[in-house]
Amino acid sequence: MSEHPRHFTPARTDDDGLITLAILAVGGQGCGQLTDWIVAIAEANGYRAQSTSVPGVAQRTGATIYYIEMAPDTGAEAVFSLMPAPGDIDIVVSGEIMEAGRGIERGFVTPLRTTLVTSTHRVLAISEKLVPGDGRADSAVVLAALDQAANHLVAMDMERVAAENGSHITNCLLGALAGSGALPFERAAFEAAIRASGRGVGAALRAFGDAYARAQNGAEAEMPAVAETPEPGIAGPELLRREWAALAARLDALPDPARAMAGAGLRKVVDFQDLRYGALYVDCVLRGAEADRAAGGEAQGWTYATALAKHLANALCYDDIIRVADLKTRGTRFARVRAHVQADDAAVLAVTEYMHPRAEEICGLMPAALGRRIEASPRLFRLLDRMVNKGRRLRSGRLPAFVLLYGLGGLRRFRRSLWRDRVESAHREAWLTLAESRLNRDYAMAIATLEARRLIKGYSDTHSRGHSKFDVVLAGLALVEGRRDAADWARRLMDSALNTPELSAVEGTLATIRSFADDKAPA
Amino acid sequence: MAERSFAKEVEQLRIGAGQEFRGEGILAITKALLECGVGYVGGYQGAPISHLMDVLADAQEILSELGVRFEANASEAAATAMLAASVHYPIRGAVAFKGPVGVNVASDALANLASGGVTGGAMMIVGEDYGEGSAIMQERTHAFAMKSQVWLLDPRPNLTSMTKAVRDGFELSEATETPVILELRIRACHVHGAFEARDNQRPPLSVKDALSAPRRSTERLAMPPFAFRHEQEKVSKRWPRAVEFIMENGLNEFMGPKAGKVGIVLQGGMYNTVMRSLRRLGLADLNGNSQIPLYVLNVTYPLAEAEFLSFCDGKDAVLVVEEGQPNYIEQAFGSMVHRKGLPTRVQGKGYLPMAGEYQPDVMLDALSGFLADNGVPAADPRQRAPNDTAAPPVPDLSAAVPVRTPGFCVGCPERPIFAAMKLVDQKIGPHQIACDIGCHLFSILPPFDLGGTTMGFGLGPASNGAFDGGGERRPISVIGDGGFWHNGLATSIGNAVLNQSDGVIVVVDNYYTAATGGQDIMSSRAENPTRATNNSIAGAVKGVGVKWVREIDRTYDVTKVRDTLTEALTTSVKGPKVIVASSECMLNRQRRERPQRAAAIGDGKRVVVPKFGVDEDICTGDHACMRLSGCPSLTMKTLDDPLRDDPVAAIDDGCVGCGNCGEVADAAVLCPSFFQVDTVHNPGWFERWYARVSTRAIAALQRRRAKKRLTFEKAEMA
Repeated sequence: MSEHPRHFTPARTDDDGLITLAILAVGGQGCGQLTDWIVAIAEANGYRAQSTSVPGVAQRTGATIYYIEMAPDTGAEAVFSLMPAPGDIDIVVSGEIMEAGRGIERGFVTPLRTTLVTSTHRVLAISEKLVPGDGRADSAVVLAALDQAANHLVAMDMERVAAENGSHITNCLLGALAGSGALPFERAAFEAAIRASGRGVGAALRAFGDAYARAQNGAEAEMPAVAETPEPGIAGPELLRREWAALAARLDALPDPARAMAGAGLRKVVDFQDLRYGALYVDCVLRGAEADRAAGGEAQGWTYATALAKHLANALCYDDIIRVADLKTRGTRFARVRAHVQADDAAVLAVTEYMHPRAEEICGLMPAALGRRIEASPRLFRLLDRMVNKGRRLRSGRLPAFVLLYGLGGLRRFRRSLWRDRVESAHREAWLTLAESRLNRDYAMAIATLEARRLIKGYSDTHSRGHSKFDVVLAGLALVEGRRDAADWARRLMDSALNTPELSAVEGTLATIRSFADDKAPA
Repeated sequence: MAERSFAKEVEQLRIGAGQEFRGEGILAITKALLECGVGYVGGYQGAPISHLMDVLADAQEILSELGVRFEANASEAAATAMLAASVHYPIRGAVAFKGPVGVNVASDALANLASGGVTGGAMMIVGEDYGEGSAIMQERTHAFAMKSQVWLLDPRPNLTSMTKAVRDGFELSEATETPVILELRIRACHVHGAFEARDNQRPPLSVKDALSAPRRSTERLAMPPFAFRHEQEKVSKRWPRAVEFIMENGLNEFMGPKAGKVGIVLQGGMYNTVMRSLRRLGLADLNGNSQIPLYVLNVTYPLAEAEFLSFCDGKDAVLVVEEGQPNYIEQAFGSMVHRKGLPTRVQGKGYLPMAGEYQPDVMLDALSGFLADNGVPAADPRQRAPNDTAAPPVPDLSAAVPVRTPGFCVGCPERPIFAAMKLVDQKIGPHQIACDIGCHLFSILPPFDLGGTTMGFGLGPASNGAFDGGGERRPISVIGDGGFWHNGLATSIGNAVLNQSDGVIVVVDNYYTAATGGQDIMSSRAENPTRATNNSIAGAVKGVGVKWVREIDRTYDVTKVRDTLTEALTTSVKGPKVIVASSECMLNRQRRERPQRAAAIGDGKRVVVPKFGVDEDICTGDHACMRLSGCPSLTMKTLDDPLRDDPVAAIDDGCVGCGNCGEVADAAVLCPSFFQVDTVHNPGWFERWYARVSTRAIAALQRRRAKKRLTFEKAEMA
């Protein structure tokens, strides 16, 4: 007996049996193939079908639509529309969650008639990637709307299903469409189309079947998986582990939200340097928590202590050559690289690192006195820069380059006496002092001071621009401190710094602040 | 080699009378050309007509069997000029290109051709790139038909009507000694459908045979005094004959009831959208039975006045459905009714928007408004807008859904050119940049935001003409290899040489006309049995007198591109500075190499497959790399780390290992998080041995360090 979709109901009650189907995709997803399949399935099963698309530049990574109409073949010519009409679509198939959102926005998905079959994964648009902070659109808003917008919903992360089956997303889209029961064709008819295409049929059918089953089993609105974070395991010599346990135990004195953050922070700091450095971190966080308590932090949910635990850890773990070399030479990293290309242990890989050190980084690697001297002398600095400033490609899987990086990573034990550490420590201390001094006067301003640390990231030019942004934000904070709308201005400063790569945006905000701060200079 | 192969589909071109043809609109048109005994075909690629050129290229065997000559013309002007073969010889010819840009280019030849007229049927098949998904400015081809007095066919968008229009068009052309334009909208070109085929016909006189007995007649020559006579002949003979032919042969169609208070006049291409709207209003069924009288213009120029006036007879009002502006047809009909003194109101724009594509919702609103105003009973509201009846409100997602602009493909060789240009801009200061037509035009969009004008195919450098004299910083212009051979060598490069331009010209050479689907051109690197490829762009540039020419044979070398650009912008050499930056279109390269690679791996040959990666611990989430890339494969992920606020860069499985990420990180001194990992398939014994030794030694060192420190192992994600 042939298998029928579980809840098959005619998609609509039109006498002529017209079915309208729109495929919304991101150019390059392969939905032209999907369109051809659906037409072939319809034609092989007693329907007349028509498909159209708009090939052209939109298919170069832009949003694109394929449109199919079909009706039972009665022998008479059918007049099919060449364009999808809002409010008139029975089935919408979407290869990406935001494209499903676009379908809803354009009125193609309607609650009274549309079956929506969509993947819930994201393909980021370029506009989302350009922001220095987090510019990604929130797909949760769209996910939440799917059920309300569609008459029947089949949603799952089809990219993952495809990957799990070693196949392509179009097979999952077809499987989910078949499983949705929205088309009056049997499963075997869909599978026949995949078989006829003749390439990677085994994996394609597995992906199809997986998506079909999920669609049938009511895996509706399956949200993207959110993994729980397990506490990381710890490895190392017995003595160090005991010391670690003692150090970590000191964090138990912290109030709840701060304790979890400080746990992650301490791991990062110890991983970066050593337990002594970790102790420095713990001291500082505990002191900050005390200050937080004194400033009435309990009522504020210990925001200051938590922000301190977070940003101090990041400040302590600055990105120097030693850290990069250390991370690049670890066994876990080698395993991750293998996993990235799905290679087994026996496969031969060649890994090339793209590095471009400048005099600044090399200076930072020197003993403090020497580094300071060279940086103070433009002539020496230029000379050094001429010697080192060039792109270096290191084959880290081979011994010579590995040993070089390994050696650099080994400089870790001298790190606290190097020039970069002096620079970072001085900057960090000034920042901490400023934050703590604000704590009693204005709790929100103290938090804003800590959070400005988020702006310092990246390497070389990006890093120095981050520093400049940090300075501008701190200057702005100093000007608005004491005002009733200070917190609001602090947020604006951060937004303009995070949303625009150039320094000019946050400088603009600072200029605005200056324009009113100068009028009524605060006492 | 084109992006899409039709080798399988073209077999359908051989089918004979009574058999059913199934496939894409473009393929059906090709079949119809063969059924009409066409003697030569040609054209220039461009959406939505590219596939027609691809089909013809893939069908060369069938074409030569029938004695049909196929030219991949250098431009639309060349294609239209080729129709000259139909001037003196009774040979049918057809050329295809996109409208209206291709028609613009063709218009010189079109005017000459139209003046003298033709003996054999001459047809221009114009794919109208208008409305959603269009890549060009929005204009109408209609005006060209009017000003040159050539006839314009706009058939209903189904395969049967479209292929009939090809037959009608040739007959109309021959009956009136006038070339015709067959206009197809973008979706009609790609519509999948069916029609009943006929037998292919050999041309009665082949172009080859014509060469044995050359003919000439000065009467056809488009120069005075004949041209004055042609002008008179167009209006006194050819036009009236065309109108007669259209009416006698019923090229336009009357549908629905004869009588009615109102009627709709529509361009053939609008038919399906009109019918769907009428169906939604309860006034038509799926099989095209309308309750409203329809007058379908499969020929939109010239208009048959008598037909239209008879349609108006007894009607209070007719609605003219005419897409695009100006509304030539509506104006013409209005004037006919006025001259005749009929009481019928001619309406159109107003109910329908003046400009823009007539999408279904626009059409539905217009028809229901027109019908309601003229007292046609209102239709079932549930049918009209089924989501209006008690539908729960749908959340407003307009703010949540990001705009998705198109951009360079994964691994595109043009990306590093513009990354380098952006770096130069950042270093030296902003430049006046003129763009051209082609994939490289994506430079105007994020993340590059370079350039502000595009004046036409091959006209990029010419459009910087006013700046040729130079200034504080030199002007830069971009031109693709397609535009270069189409028009650019003379119009842009030659122009720059003659005028001693101080500007910098970047020729983006990706081995194909990539934006139109990867067709071969003169400088393509592939060996093509029917085309002469491998002609040097740099050689041509030097040949027309450019002294400063640099060739970059691997555009992914961002540092080299940047330094070459900088040199061009600062050198003291006078005259135009031309940089030819060449690397193969990645889309085509992957299509070519992937099967070869899979086969080689299967055969046990050594194959290296590159891919890039990002060390997530090292990436700080600043996204500076993306602001110099925009590669779809370079994306972001959220780390499972409460200490990190911003998502880090990540490279997905689409990566083809082009190298741009690493090169940009190097040239712009971004960060050390990128790595390239080459998977070596079927390595040799030495390679395996060396890898084993290295891996063992490295693992020993790693264990040594791990033993002396604390490490925190994140449970690996499944």
